[in-house]
Amino acid sequence: MGQAFSNLMKNIAEGKFVYTGELEAHRSTDLSEVIQWAKTLKATGKIVAANVTDNPQSVGALSSLVTSYIVQRETGLETVYQLRCSDRNRLALASDLLGAAALGLKNVLALTGDHPKKGDTPEAMPVFDLDGTQLVELIHKMVYEGRDLSGNEIHGPRPQFNIGAAANPNFKPLEAEVLKLERKAEVGADFFQTQVVFDVNVALEFLDAVSHIKAAFLIGIFPPRSYNQAEYFAKNVPGVQVPKDFLESFKKISELPDKTERRRKIDEYNIEYFADFIKQVKKKPVCKGIHVMAVGYPEVVNPIIEKVEKG
Amino acid sequence: MIVTKEKPVEEILEYLAPYKNVLVLGCDGCTQPPRGLKQAKMYAMLIEMAAKLRHKDIKCRAATVAMQCDNYLCSSTVHPQLEGVDAVLSLACGIGVQTFAEVFPDVPVYPGQDTVFAGSQERENGKLYERCKACGDCLLGETGGICPVTACAKGLMNGPCGGCVEGKCEVPYEIRDEKGEVIKMIERDCAWYRIYERLKKLGRLDLYRKYRSPRDRAVSAWPRLLEGV
Repeated sequence: MGQAFSNLMKNIAEGKFVYTGELEAHRSTDLSEVIQWAKTLKATGKIVAANVTDNPQSVGALSSLVTSYIVQRETGLETVYQLRCSDRNRLALASDLLGAAALGLKNVLALTGDHPKKGDTPEAMPVFDLDGTQLVELIHKMVYEGRDLSGNEIHGPRPQFNIGAAANPNFKPLEAEVLKLERKAEVGADFFQTQVVFDVNVALEFLDAVSHIKAAFLIGIFPPRSYNQAEYFAKNVPGVQVPKDFLESFKKISELPDKTERRRKIDEYNIEYFADFIKQVKKKPVCKGIHVMAVGYPEVVNPIIEKVEKG
Repeated sequence: MIVTKEKPVEEILEYLAPYKNVLVLGCDGCTQPPRGLKQAKMYAMLIEMAAKLRHKDIKCRAATVAMQCDNYLCSSTVHPQLEGVDAVLSLACGIGVQTFAEVFPDVPVYPGQDTVFAGSQERENGKLYERCKACGDCLLGETGGICPVTACAKGLMNGPCGGCVEGKCEVPYEIRDEKGEVIKMIERDCAWYRIYERLKKLGRLDLYRKYRSPRDRAVSAWPRLLEGV
Protein backbone atom coordinates (compact mmCIF):
# COMPACT_ATOMS: atom_id res chain seq x y z
CA MET A 1 0.00 0.00 0.00
CA GLY A 2 1.21 3.47 -0.84
CA GLN A 3 0.87 6.77 0.96
CA ALA A 4 -2.60 7.86 2.14
CA PHE A 5 -3.71 10.89 0.12
CA SER A 6 -7.47 10.63 0.34
CA ASN A 7 -9.77 10.73 3.35
CA LEU A 8 -10.77 7.21 2.43
CA MET A 9 -7.21 5.88 2.71
CA LYS A 10 -6.41 8.06 5.73
CA ASN A 11 -9.37 6.56 7.56
CA ILE A 12 -8.23 3.06 6.65
CA ALA A 13 -4.66 3.85 7.72
CA GLU A 14 -6.02 5.03 11.09
CA GLY A 15 -7.68 1.65 11.52
CA LYS A 16 -11.24 2.85 11.00
CA PHE A 17 -13.77 0.57 9.34
CA VAL A 18 -14.98 2.56 6.32
CA TYR A 19 -18.10 2.73 4.18
CA THR A 20 -18.19 3.89 0.57
CA GLY A 21 -21.29 4.64 -1.50
CA GLU A 22 -22.03 4.80 -5.19
CA LEU A 23 -23.27 7.52 -7.55
CA GLU A 24 -24.33 7.04 -11.12
CA ALA A 25 -24.64 9.81 -13.71
CA HIS A 26 -26.77 9.22 -16.79
CA ARG A 27 -26.85 10.34 -20.41
CA SER A 28 -27.84 13.83 -19.40
CA THR A 29 -26.31 17.23 -18.82
CA ASP A 30 -28.22 17.59 -15.57
CA LEU A 31 -26.51 16.41 -12.40
CA SER A 32 -29.08 17.67 -9.89
CA GLU A 33 -30.32 14.17 -8.99
CA VAL A 34 -26.78 12.88 -8.53
CA ILE A 35 -25.92 15.87 -6.36
CA GLN A 36 -29.06 15.33 -4.28
CA TRP A 37 -28.14 11.69 -3.77
CA ALA A 38 -24.55 12.67 -2.88
CA LYS A 39 -25.94 15.09 -0.27
CA THR A 40 -28.01 12.26 1.20
CA LEU A 41 -24.91 10.07 1.44
CA LYS A 42 -22.92 12.91 2.94
CA ALA A 43 -25.67 13.60 5.49
CA THR A 44 -25.40 10.07 6.84
CA GLY A 45 -22.04 11.09 8.27
CA LYS A 46 -21.00 7.47 7.79
CA ILE A 47 -20.04 7.36 4.11
CA VAL A 48 -16.45 8.49 3.74
CA ALA A 49 -16.43 8.54 -0.08
CA ALA A 50 -18.66 7.67 -3.02
CA ASN A 51 -17.75 6.02 -6.29
CA VAL A 52 -18.77 7.77 -9.47
CA THR A 53 -19.40 5.26 -12.23
CA ASP A 54 -17.83 5.57 -15.69
CA ASN A 55 -20.22 4.50 -18.48
CA PRO A 56 -21.48 1.59 -16.35
CA GLN A 57 -22.21 -1.60 -18.30
CA SER A 58 -20.96 0.35 -21.32
CA VAL A 59 -24.08 2.53 -21.29
CA GLY A 60 -23.03 6.05 -22.20
CA ALA A 61 -23.26 8.69 -19.46
CA LEU A 62 -21.97 12.11 -18.47
CA SER A 63 -18.21 11.95 -17.86
CA SER A 64 -17.23 10.43 -14.51
CA LEU A 65 -14.37 12.91 -14.24
CA VAL A 66 -16.71 15.89 -14.48
CA THR A 67 -19.30 14.28 -12.20
CA SER A 68 -16.66 13.42 -9.58
CA TYR A 69 -15.42 16.99 -9.56
CA ILE A 70 -18.88 18.63 -9.41
CA VAL A 71 -20.03 16.26 -6.65
CA GLN A 72 -16.97 17.11 -4.54
CA ARG A 73 -17.37 20.84 -5.20
CA GLU A 74 -21.12 20.96 -4.54
CA THR A 75 -21.40 18.56 -1.61
CA GLY A 76 -17.97 18.17 -0.06
CA LEU A 77 -18.35 14.40 -0.32
CA GLU A 78 -15.09 12.78 -1.41
CA THR A 79 -15.37 10.75 -4.59
CA VAL A 80 -13.79 7.61 -6.00
CA TYR A 81 -13.38 8.46 -9.66
CA GLN A 82 -14.04 5.33 -11.72
CA LEU A 83 -12.02 5.06 -14.92
CA ARG A 84 -12.45 2.35 -17.57
CA CYS A 85 -10.05 1.12 -20.22
CA SER A 86 -12.88 0.26 -22.63
CA ASP A 87 -13.15 3.71 -24.13
CA ARG A 88 -9.71 5.34 -23.92
CA ASN A 89 -6.14 4.54 -24.89
CA ARG A 90 -3.22 5.18 -22.51
CA LEU A 91 -2.73 8.71 -23.82
CA ALA A 92 -6.34 9.67 -23.07
CA LEU A 93 -6.28 7.86 -19.70
CA ALA A 94 -3.14 9.74 -18.60
CA SER A 95 -4.60 12.98 -19.83
CA ASP A 96 -7.82 12.47 -17.85
CA LEU A 97 -5.79 11.47 -14.80
CA LEU A 98 -3.82 14.74 -14.96
CA GLY A 99 -7.16 16.53 -15.22
CA ALA A 100 -8.44 14.63 -12.20
CA ALA A 101 -5.36 15.60 -10.19
CA ALA A 102 -5.75 19.25 -11.21
CA LEU A 103 -9.38 19.12 -10.03
CA GLY A 104 -8.36 17.75 -6.64
CA LEU A 105 -9.64 14.19 -6.94
CA LYS A 106 -7.83 11.77 -4.64
CA ASN A 107 -9.20 8.30 -5.38
CA VAL A 108 -9.26 6.51 -8.72
CA LEU A 109 -10.81 3.10 -9.28
CA ALA A 110 -8.99 1.49 -12.21
CA LEU A 111 -11.32 -0.72 -14.22
CA THR A 112 -11.01 -2.77 -17.37
CA GLY A 113 -14.68 -2.03 -18.10
CA ASP A 114 -17.41 -3.95 -19.87
CA HIS A 115 -17.18 -4.67 -23.57
CA PRO A 116 -19.07 -2.04 -25.63
CA LYS A 117 -21.22 -4.86 -27.02
CA LYS A 118 -22.79 -5.14 -23.54
CA GLY A 119 -24.09 -1.61 -23.63
CA ASP A 120 -26.13 0.80 -25.72
CA THR A 121 -23.41 1.59 -28.25
CA PRO A 122 -22.40 -1.86 -29.51
CA GLU A 123 -21.00 -0.42 -32.76
CA ALA A 124 -18.17 1.31 -30.85
CA MET A 125 -14.51 0.31 -31.11
CA PRO A 126 -13.47 -1.59 -27.99
CA VAL A 127 -10.23 0.16 -27.03
CA PHE A 128 -8.58 -1.83 -24.21
CA ASP A 129 -5.13 -0.46 -25.04
CA LEU A 130 -4.52 -1.16 -21.34
CA ASP A 131 -6.36 -3.49 -19.00
CA GLY A 132 -7.40 -2.66 -15.44
CA THR A 133 -4.13 -3.98 -13.97
CA GLN A 134 -2.02 -1.98 -16.40
CA LEU A 135 -4.07 1.11 -15.58
CA VAL A 136 -3.11 0.57 -11.94
CA GLU A 137 0.53 0.58 -13.09
CA LEU A 138 0.02 3.78 -15.07
CA ILE A 139 -1.52 5.58 -12.07
CA HIS A 140 1.19 4.25 -9.76
CA LYS A 141 3.94 5.52 -12.08
CA MET A 142 2.29 8.95 -12.31
CA VAL A 143 1.96 9.24 -8.53
CA TYR A 144 5.27 7.77 -7.38
CA GLU A 145 7.63 8.42 -10.31
CA GLY A 146 6.05 11.49 -11.88
CA ARG A 147 6.03 9.71 -15.25
CA ASP A 148 3.63 8.00 -17.59
CA LEU A 149 4.07 4.46 -18.95
CA SER A 150 6.34 5.66 -21.74
CA GLY A 151 8.58 7.41 -19.24
CA ASN A 152 7.44 10.92 -20.18
CA GLU A 153 7.88 13.30 -17.27
CA ILE A 154 4.96 15.06 -15.60
CA HIS A 155 5.77 18.72 -14.99
CA GLY A 156 4.83 20.38 -11.72
CA PRO A 157 3.58 18.53 -8.66
CA ARG A 158 2.85 14.83 -9.07
CA PRO A 159 -0.76 13.64 -8.92
CA GLN A 160 -1.83 12.40 -5.51
CA PHE A 161 -4.12 9.45 -5.96
CA ASN A 162 -5.00 6.43 -3.96
CA ILE A 163 -5.45 3.58 -6.36
CA GLY A 164 -8.43 1.28 -6.25
CA ALA A 165 -9.16 -1.85 -8.27
CA ALA A 166 -12.01 -4.30 -8.62
CA ALA A 167 -12.23 -7.80 -7.17
CA ASN A 168 -14.80 -10.55 -7.51
CA PRO A 169 -15.36 -12.85 -4.53
CA ASN A 170 -17.91 -14.82 -6.57
CA PHE A 171 -15.31 -15.92 -9.14
CA LYS A 172 -14.80 -19.63 -9.59
CA PRO A 173 -12.18 -20.99 -9.18
CA LEU A 174 -11.22 -18.53 -6.48
CA GLU A 175 -7.54 -19.35 -6.97
CA ALA A 176 -7.60 -17.74 -10.45
CA GLU A 177 -9.10 -14.56 -8.95
CA VAL A 178 -6.63 -14.44 -6.06
CA LEU A 179 -3.60 -14.74 -8.38
CA LYS A 180 -5.09 -11.94 -10.46
CA LEU A 181 -5.51 -9.72 -7.37
CA GLU A 182 -1.89 -10.45 -6.40
CA ARG A 183 -0.90 -8.97 -9.78
CA LYS A 184 -2.99 -5.87 -9.16
CA ALA A 185 -1.52 -5.39 -5.70
CA GLU A 186 2.00 -5.96 -7.05
CA VAL A 187 1.67 -3.01 -9.43
CA GLY A 188 0.25 -0.68 -6.80
CA ALA A 189 -3.43 -1.12 -5.88
CA ASP A 190 -4.08 0.41 -2.44
CA PHE A 191 -7.60 -0.86 -2.08
CA PHE A 192 -10.05 -3.27 -3.65
CA GLN A 193 -13.79 -2.80 -3.93
CA THR A 194 -15.60 -6.00 -4.68
CA GLN A 195 -18.49 -7.12 -6.82
CA VAL A 196 -21.77 -7.48 -4.93
CA VAL A 197 -21.84 -10.34 -2.43
CA PHE A 198 -25.05 -11.61 -0.82
CA ASP A 199 -23.79 -14.81 0.72
CA VAL A 200 -21.65 -14.06 3.76
CA ASN A 201 -19.87 -17.40 3.41
CA VAL A 202 -18.68 -16.38 -0.06
CA ALA A 203 -17.32 -13.14 1.43
CA LEU A 204 -15.63 -14.91 4.33
CA GLU A 205 -13.98 -17.53 2.13
CA PHE A 206 -12.76 -14.77 -0.17
CA LEU A 207 -11.35 -12.69 2.68
CA ASP A 208 -9.42 -15.71 3.97
CA ALA A 209 -8.03 -16.34 0.48
CA VAL A 210 -6.75 -12.75 0.12
CA SER A 211 -5.50 -12.26 3.69
CA HIS A 212 -1.86 -12.29 2.47
CA ILE A 213 -2.43 -9.45 -0.01
CA LYS A 214 -1.22 -6.10 1.25
CA ALA A 215 -4.18 -3.95 0.31
CA ALA A 216 -7.47 -2.89 1.89
CA PHE A 217 -10.54 -4.88 0.92
CA LEU A 218 -14.02 -3.34 0.85
CA ILE A 219 -16.79 -5.89 0.33
CA GLY A 220 -19.61 -4.79 -1.98
CA ILE A 221 -23.20 -5.11 -0.79
CA PHE A 222 -26.50 -4.20 -2.42
CA PRO A 223 -29.56 -4.12 -0.15
CA PRO A 224 -32.45 -4.68 -2.58
CA ARG A 225 -35.57 -2.50 -2.24
CA SER A 226 -37.92 -5.19 -3.44
CA TYR A 227 -38.26 -8.88 -4.16
CA ASN A 228 -37.96 -8.09 -7.89
CA GLN A 229 -34.60 -6.45 -7.35
CA ALA A 230 -33.33 -9.38 -5.28
CA GLU A 231 -34.60 -11.80 -7.89
CA TYR A 232 -32.93 -9.76 -10.60
CA PHE A 233 -29.55 -10.35 -8.96
CA ALA A 234 -30.25 -14.04 -8.54
CA LYS A 235 -31.35 -14.52 -12.14
CA ASN A 236 -29.66 -11.87 -14.24
CA VAL A 237 -26.35 -10.95 -12.64
CA PRO A 238 -24.14 -13.85 -13.65
CA GLY A 239 -21.96 -15.29 -10.94
CA VAL A 240 -23.70 -13.57 -8.02
CA GLN A 241 -25.15 -16.11 -5.62
CA VAL A 242 -28.19 -14.96 -3.66
CA PRO A 243 -28.92 -17.34 -0.75
CA LYS A 244 -32.22 -19.21 -0.93
CA ASP A 245 -33.33 -18.04 2.54
CA PHE A 246 -32.75 -14.45 1.53
CA LEU A 247 -34.88 -14.77 -1.60
CA GLU A 248 -37.63 -16.67 0.18
CA SER A 249 -37.86 -14.08 2.95
CA PHE A 250 -38.14 -11.32 0.37
CA LYS A 251 -40.81 -13.25 -1.48
CA LYS A 252 -42.86 -13.65 1.69
CA ILE A 253 -42.61 -9.96 2.48
CA SER A 254 -43.53 -9.02 -1.09
CA GLU A 255 -46.81 -10.89 -0.65
CA LEU A 256 -47.95 -8.59 2.17
CA PRO A 257 -50.95 -6.58 0.97
CA ASP A 258 -50.19 -3.29 2.70
CA LYS A 259 -47.55 -1.23 0.87
CA THR A 260 -46.30 0.67 3.93
CA GLU A 261 -46.05 -2.51 5.91
CA ARG A 262 -44.20 -4.16 3.04
CA ARG A 263 -41.68 -1.31 2.82
CA ARG A 264 -41.16 -1.35 6.58
CA LYS A 265 -40.57 -5.11 6.61
CA ILE A 266 -38.14 -4.97 3.68
CA ASP A 267 -36.17 -2.21 5.41
CA GLU A 268 -36.15 -4.21 8.63
CA TYR A 269 -35.02 -7.36 6.88
CA ASN A 270 -32.22 -5.57 5.00
CA ILE A 271 -31.03 -3.85 8.18
CA GLU A 272 -31.00 -7.12 10.10
CA TYR A 273 -29.42 -9.17 7.29
CA PHE A 274 -26.71 -6.77 6.21
CA ALA A 275 -25.78 -5.62 9.71
CA ASP A 276 -25.15 -9.25 10.59
CA PHE A 277 -23.26 -9.75 7.30
CA ILE A 278 -21.01 -6.77 8.04
CA LYS A 279 -20.39 -7.82 11.64
CA GLN A 280 -19.07 -11.14 10.36
CA VAL A 281 -16.81 -9.84 7.58
CA LYS A 282 -15.52 -7.07 9.86
CA LYS A 283 -13.83 -9.71 11.99
CA LYS A 284 -11.40 -10.46 9.16
CA PRO A 285 -8.43 -8.09 9.50
CA VAL A 286 -7.99 -7.70 5.71
CA CYS A 287 -11.56 -6.38 5.43
CA LYS A 288 -11.30 -2.64 5.93
CA GLY A 289 -14.79 -1.64 4.96
CA ILE A 290 -17.96 -2.00 2.97
CA HIS A 291 -18.91 -0.63 -0.43
CA VAL A 292 -22.66 0.03 -0.28
CA MET A 293 -24.28 0.05 -3.68
CA ALA A 294 -27.76 1.03 -2.48
CA VAL A 295 -28.44 3.37 -5.37
CA GLY A 296 -31.84 5.04 -4.81
CA TYR A 297 -32.37 3.46 -1.40
CA PRO A 298 -30.83 5.79 1.19
CA GLU A 299 -33.14 4.97 4.06
CA VAL A 300 -31.36 1.73 4.95
CA VAL A 301 -27.75 2.88 4.79
CA ASN A 302 -27.63 4.63 8.14
CA PRO A 303 -29.65 2.10 10.13
CA ILE A 304 -27.45 -0.75 8.84
CA ILE A 305 -24.26 1.05 9.84
CA GLU A 306 -25.70 2.11 13.21
CA LYS A 307 -26.71 -1.43 13.99
CA VAL A 308 -23.19 -2.64 13.17
CA GLU A 309 -21.68 0.06 15.37
CA LYS A 310 -23.92 -0.84 18.30
CA GLY A 311 -22.41 -4.31 18.11
CA MET B 1 -5.52 -19.80 -43.51
CA ILE B 2 -7.21 -16.59 -44.54
CA VAL B 3 -10.95 -16.85 -44.04
CA THR B 4 -13.26 -15.03 -46.42
CA LYS B 5 -16.99 -14.93 -46.99
CA GLU B 6 -18.95 -14.21 -50.13
CA LYS B 7 -20.16 -10.71 -50.77
CA PRO B 8 -23.87 -10.40 -51.62
CA VAL B 9 -24.57 -10.70 -55.35
CA GLU B 10 -26.31 -7.29 -55.29
CA GLU B 11 -23.12 -5.60 -54.15
CA ILE B 12 -21.05 -7.41 -56.78
CA LEU B 13 -23.49 -6.45 -59.54
CA GLU B 14 -23.31 -2.84 -58.45
CA TYR B 15 -19.52 -2.92 -58.85
CA LEU B 16 -19.75 -4.61 -62.24
CA ALA B 17 -22.60 -2.50 -63.64
CA PRO B 18 -20.40 -0.39 -65.96
CA TYR B 19 -18.67 -3.42 -67.53
CA LYS B 20 -19.50 -5.97 -70.24
CA ASN B 21 -16.57 -8.43 -70.09
CA VAL B 22 -15.49 -9.61 -66.67
CA LEU B 23 -12.78 -12.04 -65.59
CA VAL B 24 -13.62 -13.90 -62.38
CA LEU B 25 -10.27 -14.69 -60.84
CA GLY B 26 -9.94 -17.40 -58.21
CA CYS B 27 -7.04 -18.10 -55.89
CA ASP B 28 -5.66 -21.55 -55.05
CA GLY B 29 -3.73 -20.24 -52.04
CA CYS B 30 -4.74 -20.43 -48.42
CA THR B 31 -8.20 -18.88 -48.75
CA GLN B 32 -10.94 -20.82 -46.96
CA PRO B 33 -13.51 -21.85 -48.00
CA PRO B 34 -11.73 -22.69 -51.32
CA ARG B 35 -11.95 -20.05 -54.06
CA GLY B 36 -10.20 -21.82 -56.96
CA LEU B 37 -11.16 -22.44 -60.57
CA LYS B 38 -14.30 -24.42 -59.73
CA GLN B 39 -15.67 -21.60 -57.61
CA ALA B 40 -14.60 -18.98 -60.18
CA LYS B 41 -16.61 -20.84 -62.85
CA MET B 42 -19.64 -21.01 -60.56
CA TYR B 43 -19.37 -17.30 -59.79
CA ALA B 44 -19.08 -16.54 -63.51
CA MET B 45 -22.31 -18.41 -64.24
CA LEU B 46 -24.09 -16.91 -61.27
CA ILE B 47 -23.18 -13.35 -62.22
CA GLU B 48 -24.24 -13.82 -65.84
CA MET B 49 -27.61 -15.22 -64.70
CA ALA B 50 -28.19 -12.59 -62.06
CA ALA B 51 -27.32 -9.86 -64.56
CA LYS B 52 -29.69 -11.35 -67.15
CA LEU B 53 -32.53 -11.33 -64.59
CA ARG B 54 -31.90 -7.62 -64.22
CA HIS B 55 -31.83 -7.15 -68.00
CA LYS B 56 -28.11 -6.54 -68.09
CA ASP B 57 -25.60 -8.25 -70.28
CA ILE B 58 -22.37 -9.24 -68.58
CA LYS B 59 -20.08 -11.88 -70.08
CA CYS B 60 -17.89 -13.68 -67.57
CA ARG B 61 -14.80 -15.84 -67.96
CA ALA B 62 -13.09 -17.76 -65.18
CA ALA B 63 -9.43 -18.30 -64.30
CA THR B 64 -7.34 -18.88 -61.20
CA VAL B 65 -3.89 -18.14 -59.76
CA ALA B 66 -1.80 -20.39 -57.50
CA MET B 67 -1.33 -17.51 -55.07
CA GLN B 68 -2.88 -14.18 -55.99
CA CYS B 69 -0.87 -12.41 -53.29
CA ASP B 70 2.43 -13.30 -55.01
CA ASN B 71 3.05 -10.53 -57.52
CA TYR B 72 5.19 -12.73 -59.80
CA LEU B 73 2.60 -15.54 -59.99
CA CYS B 74 -0.22 -13.05 -60.34
CA SER B 75 1.48 -11.25 -63.20
CA SER B 76 2.61 -14.32 -65.16
CA THR B 77 -0.63 -16.31 -64.82
CA VAL B 78 -3.13 -13.55 -65.34
CA HIS B 79 -1.48 -11.52 -68.08
CA PRO B 80 -2.50 -13.85 -70.96
CA GLN B 81 -6.08 -13.95 -69.66
CA LEU B 82 -6.71 -10.23 -69.72
CA GLU B 83 -7.35 -9.67 -73.41
CA GLY B 84 -10.78 -8.14 -73.96
CA VAL B 85 -11.45 -7.94 -70.23
CA ASP B 86 -13.03 -4.70 -68.86
CA ALA B 87 -12.81 -5.58 -65.19
CA VAL B 88 -11.76 -8.36 -62.80
CA LEU B 89 -13.75 -9.82 -59.94
CA SER B 90 -11.24 -11.31 -57.53
CA LEU B 91 -12.21 -14.21 -55.27
CA ALA B 92 -8.99 -13.88 -53.29
CA CYS B 93 -8.65 -12.26 -49.88
CA GLY B 94 -8.03 -8.52 -49.58
CA ILE B 95 -4.31 -9.14 -49.99
CA GLY B 96 -4.83 -10.87 -53.34
CA VAL B 97 -7.07 -8.05 -54.55
CA GLN B 98 -4.46 -5.46 -53.64
CA THR B 99 -1.60 -7.41 -55.23
CA PHE B 100 -3.61 -7.56 -58.44
CA ALA B 101 -4.26 -3.81 -58.30
CA GLU B 102 -0.52 -3.18 -57.93
CA VAL B 103 0.47 -5.56 -60.71
CA PHE B 104 -2.19 -4.32 -63.15
CA PRO B 105 -2.76 -0.65 -62.34
CA ASP B 106 -4.88 -0.13 -65.48
CA VAL B 107 -7.33 -2.97 -64.89
CA PRO B 108 -10.26 -2.29 -62.55
CA VAL B 109 -10.44 -5.01 -59.87
CA TYR B 110 -13.27 -5.62 -57.39
CA PRO B 111 -13.47 -7.87 -54.34
CA GLY B 112 -15.92 -10.76 -54.52
CA GLN B 113 -15.23 -11.62 -50.88
CA ASP B 114 -15.15 -10.00 -47.50
CA THR B 115 -11.89 -10.96 -45.81
CA VAL B 116 -12.76 -11.90 -42.27
CA PHE B 117 -9.78 -13.22 -40.36
CA ALA B 118 -6.77 -15.51 -40.11
CA GLY B 119 -8.30 -18.67 -38.80
CA SER B 120 -8.31 -22.35 -38.06
CA GLN B 121 -10.70 -24.91 -39.50
CA GLU B 122 -12.81 -27.39 -37.56
CA ARG B 123 -13.69 -29.83 -40.33
CA GLU B 124 -16.20 -32.00 -38.56
CA ASN B 125 -18.55 -29.10 -37.81
CA GLY B 126 -17.74 -26.95 -40.80
CA LYS B 127 -16.57 -24.03 -38.68
CA LEU B 128 -13.78 -21.52 -39.07
CA TYR B 129 -12.41 -19.83 -35.96
CA GLU B 130 -10.38 -16.66 -35.79
CA ARG B 131 -7.03 -17.57 -34.25
CA CYS B 132 -4.40 -14.94 -35.06
CA LYS B 133 -4.41 -11.14 -35.22
CA ALA B 134 -0.94 -11.04 -36.76
CA CYS B 135 0.02 -8.65 -33.95
CA GLY B 136 3.74 -9.08 -34.60
CA ASP B 137 4.54 -9.82 -30.95
CA CYS B 138 3.59 -13.45 -30.31
CA LEU B 139 3.16 -14.43 -26.67
CA LEU B 140 1.73 -17.92 -27.10
CA GLY B 141 4.77 -19.25 -25.22
CA GLU B 142 3.53 -17.57 -22.05
CA THR B 143 -0.15 -18.34 -22.36
CA GLY B 144 -0.30 -22.08 -22.86
CA GLY B 145 -0.64 -21.82 -26.64
CA ILE B 146 -3.91 -19.84 -26.41
CA CYS B 147 -3.80 -16.33 -27.86
CA PRO B 148 -5.37 -13.71 -25.59
CA VAL B 149 -4.91 -11.02 -28.23
CA THR B 150 -7.34 -12.88 -30.51
CA ALA B 151 -9.38 -15.20 -28.28
CA CYS B 152 -10.14 -12.60 -25.55
CA ALA B 153 -12.83 -10.17 -26.75
CA LYS B 154 -10.90 -7.38 -25.06
CA GLY B 155 -7.43 -8.60 -25.98
CA LEU B 156 -6.43 -8.42 -22.31
CA MET B 157 -2.92 -9.17 -21.07
CA ASN B 158 -3.94 -9.69 -17.44
CA GLY B 159 -7.27 -11.47 -17.58
CA PRO B 160 -9.76 -12.82 -16.95
CA CYS B 161 -11.96 -9.76 -16.56
CA GLY B 162 -15.15 -9.42 -14.54
CA GLY B 163 -17.11 -10.53 -17.58
CA CYS B 164 -15.99 -14.15 -17.17
CA VAL B 165 -18.65 -16.24 -15.47
CA GLU B 166 -18.35 -19.99 -15.09
CA GLY B 167 -15.61 -20.01 -17.67
CA LYS B 168 -17.70 -18.22 -20.31
CA CYS B 169 -17.06 -14.84 -21.94
CA GLU B 170 -19.58 -12.00 -21.56
CA VAL B 171 -19.46 -11.48 -25.34
CA PRO B 172 -20.77 -14.43 -27.38
CA TYR B 173 -19.92 -15.24 -30.98
CA GLU B 174 -22.30 -13.52 -33.36
CA ILE B 175 -23.37 -15.23 -36.55
CA ARG B 176 -24.58 -12.65 -39.08
CA ASP B 177 -26.59 -12.92 -42.25
CA GLU B 178 -25.57 -11.29 -45.52
CA LYS B 179 -27.12 -7.99 -44.47
CA GLY B 180 -24.92 -8.00 -41.39
CA GLU B 181 -27.81 -8.66 -38.98
CA VAL B 182 -27.09 -10.97 -36.05
CA ILE B 183 -29.11 -14.15 -36.55
CA LYS B 184 -27.53 -16.35 -33.91
CA MET B 185 -25.35 -16.02 -30.84
CA ILE B 186 -23.09 -18.83 -29.67
CA GLU B 187 -21.61 -18.92 -26.20
CA ARG B 188 -17.83 -18.95 -26.08
CA ASP B 189 -15.19 -19.91 -23.54
CA CYS B 190 -13.27 -17.16 -21.79
CA ALA B 191 -9.74 -17.18 -23.22
CA TRP B 192 -8.15 -16.37 -19.87
CA TYR B 193 -10.11 -19.08 -18.12
CA ARG B 194 -8.75 -21.54 -20.70
CA ILE B 195 -5.26 -20.12 -20.22
CA TYR B 196 -5.57 -20.56 -16.44
CA GLU B 197 -6.79 -24.16 -16.80
CA ARG B 198 -4.13 -25.12 -19.31
CA LEU B 199 -1.26 -23.54 -17.38
CA LYS B 200 -2.51 -25.19 -14.20
CA LYS B 201 -2.49 -28.55 -15.98
CA LEU B 202 1.04 -27.86 -17.21
CA GLY B 203 2.17 -26.91 -13.72
CA ARG B 204 2.95 -23.38 -14.92
CA LEU B 205 0.62 -21.17 -12.87
CA ASP B 206 3.65 -18.95 -12.38
CA LEU B 207 3.06 -17.80 -15.96
CA TYR B 208 -0.58 -17.06 -15.18
CA ARG B 209 0.32 -15.15 -12.03
CA LYS B 210 2.92 -13.04 -13.84
CA TYR B 211 2.02 -9.40 -14.43
CA ARG B 212 2.21 -8.49 -18.10
CA SER B 213 3.17 -4.89 -18.90
CA PRO B 214 1.26 -2.87 -21.46
CA ARG B 215 1.99 -3.97 -25.01
CA ASP B 216 4.07 -1.90 -27.36
CA ARG B 217 1.38 -1.15 -29.93
CA ALA B 218 3.97 0.45 -32.20
CA VAL B 219 5.04 -3.09 -33.19
CA SER B 220 1.67 -3.71 -34.81
CA ALA B 221 1.03 -0.18 -36.09
CA TRP B 222 -0.01 -0.43 -39.73
CA PRO B 223 0.87 -0.57 -42.54
CA ARG B 224 3.92 -2.76 -41.85
CA LEU B 225 6.86 -3.61 -44.09
CA LEU B 226 9.39 -6.45 -43.87
CA GLU B 227 12.66 -6.11 -45.75
CA GLY B 228 15.24 -8.63 -46.93
CA VAL B 229 12.88 -11.51 -47.75
